[in-house]
Amino acid sequence: MAAIYSLFIINKSGGLIFYKDYGSAGRMDTNDSLRLASLWHSMHAISQQLSPIVGCTGIELLQADTFDLHCFQSLTGTKFFVVCEPGTQHMEVLLKVIYELYTDYVLKNPFYEMEMPIRCELFDLNLSQAIQKDRVSLLGR
Amino acid sequence: MIGVGKAKQYANVLDKPLSRGRQEVSLSAFAFLFSELVQYNQTQVDNIAELERRLEDAGYAVGARVLELLCHREKGNRRETRLLGILSFIHSTVWKVLFGKVVYLITFCIWKDNLYQKRYVADSLEKGTEHEDEYMISEKELLVNHMGAFNCGAFVAGIVRGVLDSAGFPAVVTAHFVPIEGQQRPRTTILIKFAEEVLRREARLG
Repeated sequence: MAAIYSLFIINKSGGLIFYKDYGSAGRMDTNDSLRLASLWHSMHAISQQLSPIVGCTGIELLQADTFDLHCFQSLTGTKFFVVCEPGTQHMEVLLKVIYELYTDYVLKNPFYEMEMPIRCELFDLNLSQAIQKDRVSLLGR
Repeated sequence: MIGVGKAKQYANVLDKPLSRGRQEVSLSAFAFLFSELVQYNQTQVDNIAELERRLEDAGYAVGARVLELLCHREKGNRRETRLLGILSFIHSTVWKVLFGKVVYLITFCIWKDNLYQKRYVADSLEKGTEHEDEYMISEKELLVNHMGAFNCGAFVAGIVRGVLDSAGFPAVVTAHFVPIEGQQRPRTTILIKFAEEVLRREARLG
C-alpha cells in the first residue's frame, strides 16, 4: 500500500532539483518530471496572483479524483510537493520533515551547489527512512 | 551606585579568566562553518590529497590549542608522559569536550562507539605483522562526516596530530574509511602511527 506516489523538490526558479517516485503509479520519465515541475512552479505563482485573499502564499493542496498534491514552500522559495493517494493524512508533517532533512543533509554538504540537482547520499538514505517510517505509521493507524 | 553588580569589563580579552564557558555549541552553526571551511579550501587546491592536507593543517591548529585549554581546565595542569596516558586523554577528554554525546534532539544523532585498540591483537588467529607503533581510534559516525560525502575525517586526524605533537608524542595521523558488513556506511578509523623516538622513550620508561 503505497500512499505516496512521488516527491518533487523544485528550486526558486522552478527547476527540478529532486524527483523520487514510489511505486509504479507515480513513475514518469525525466522529461515529463521536468515539465511537470516547471508547470507546477508557474501554477503556484499564478495562484498567488489570482487569490482573492491578500497575502496568499500559493497552492497548498490540490485534490483530484485519482490523487492529492500537497505542496510546501519554504521562505526561500524552494518548493517541496508530494503526489499521493486521495485522502492521505499528515502529508504536511511529512513535507516539513523532508524540509528538515533537506536543510541538514543537502545544505550542509560542502559539495552541494545551490539550486543544482541534489546528489547527496545521506539525504537519500534519510529520506527513504523517513518515508518508510511514515508508511509504517500510516498502516498502524 | 551605577555599575555595582555588573560584571567586570576587561579591557583586554587576554585578561579575562578562563571560565568553563558554554558547554555546547549549535550543531548547525558548526556544520555551516565547517562546510564553508571545506568549500574555501576547495577553491584553492587542485586535488583531493591537497584538500585533505589543508583540512589536517586546520585541525592541527585546533589540536594544539585544545591541548593547552584542556590541560588547564580538566586536568589541573598535569602533563602526560606515557603513551597510554595521552591516548586515553585523547579518547576520553578531548573527544568528550569536542564532540560530546548528543541526544536525539533534531534529526541528528552522533553515535559514540569508540573503541581504540592496538593494531596487533593478541589473538592467536591474527597472524599479521606486529605494528607496535600503530594505534587506532575507531568511530562509527564521525561528526564531520555526517554531512559530507567525502572523508572530512582529515580534519579530526589533524586535531589528534596537533594534540599529540604539542604533548611531545610526534606521530603521523590519518583517517580511513573501513567498510563494515551489515552497515551501510563505512566506519571511520583514525590511525595513529607514532615516531621512533616516542617508542624508544616509552620502552626506556618501562
